[in-house]
Amino acid sequence: MHLDAAHNLARWLLRDPADAEDVLQEALLRAFSYFPSFRGTNARAWLLQIVRNTAYAALKKRRGIHMVNLGADTEAESGNMELADPGDDPEVQLIRSEAQREIDTLLQQLPLDLRECVILRELEELSYKEIAEIIGAPIGTVMSRLWRARRLLSKAASAGAYAS
Amino acid sequence: MSTRENCDKVLLVQADFDGELDAAQSAALVTHRETCPYCREAWTHLSDTRNAVRQEASYHPASEALRRHLEQRLIRAGMTPAAAHRRPGARGARLLSWWRSLLGFGLGAAMATVAVLMLVQPVPSGDIADFVMGSHVRSLQPGHLVDIASNNQHNVKPWFDGKIDFAPPVKNLADQGFPLEGGRLDYLKNREVAALVYRGGQHLINVLVWPADGGPEAPQLLERDGYNIVHWREKGMTLWAISDLNTAELQNFVARWRTHP
Repeated sequence: MHLDAAHNLARWLLRDPADAEDVLQEALLRAFSYFPSFRGTNARAWLLQIVRNTAYAALKKRRGIHMVNLGADTEAESGNMELADPGDDPEVQLIRSEAQREIDTLLQQLPLDLRECVILRELEELSYKEIAEIIGAPIGTVMSRLWRARRLLSKAASAGAYAS
Repeated sequence: MSTRENCDKVLLVQADFDGELDAAQSAALVTHRETCPYCREAWTHLSDTRNAVRQEASYHPASEALRRHLEQRLIRAGMTPAAAHRRPGARGARLLSWWRSLLGFGLGAAMATVAVLMLVQPVPSGDIADFVMGSHVRSLQPGHLVDIASNNQHNVKPWFDGKIDFAPPVKNLADQGFPLEGGRLDYLKNREVAALVYRGGQHLINVLVWPADGGPEAPQLLERDGYNIVHWREKGMTLWAISDLNTAELQNFVARWRTHP
């Protein structure tokens, strides 16, 4: 559902649950009022583009207020409950949530412009064309950012859990 | 074999990995990977990274509470499915379907809230067709069609007793090709109404019934965003039949319904 994708993107861009909800609300209000001028066919990409632009505006504003505090400081809340498989035994779950925390942290530490490409490609499974539309950049830029993002993730994780 | 530091084809390898290339390009890159250790290793890293991210990274769907909150917010801003209905033609239908794809099953809650808002904010009477259509669309969502599922009018009719202040005429037209599926309570404008659900082939027909304000009125045909609607008044009741049946079939249904004892 579009709303889940929109929330997921806002959450990953802002790295803060409350800010993500504010951005999502504002983006939806914008989307509904812009809708009459929407001429495309891909409503999901169009909505994500609005979410992304709203998120950037919010980040810019937040950066103005707090000069620092842009680090990956949301680890405590990012280990989430809804993705746990209820059937797993506790030990498997613990290992799994550790791996999850590690990946989440790596993703959160990626620069914003790289992070959004990875989220859109790997979690939303969007095409290069859709991602280019959403971030307002040429496809070549999407390709090189994805490559840089993945290389950073791969290198950062090579000492970690998954690159065994 | 020493690993090269770089390869100018690596972005193409990545594009291949992401399924962005056609078969011929892809085949050429498979061949390339056989001779290029850098790209072969890159493929492995791409694959490991993807598995790690897709399997382990947190996905943040909107919670049910947030979904409801956003619906309320949009409704307060006047961005409702009913507003979508009122937009002319295909644009309104597109906005409606977009709303549905956005909020999914939440549409039911949104419509219920719209109905509640209508208690304090009277709307022009010409909007009944919009409400009828909203009720129909909502009834098509999973779990919203009927409150009582029964093919027997003798079960459906008493079910309404005590739930509404009138006795809706419940008829079963199974022998005419329109079996009764059940009934439910609904809210249109500022009152409770009875909804009777019939099936005509693959199509569902909602008949909304409530006490009439005026005398009898012959059936009139309307169309809203691809749905056909017939409304009429008889025996002190206002009736609205809506379906995606074509006009002839819906009129046929209404004619049979009216002549059925």
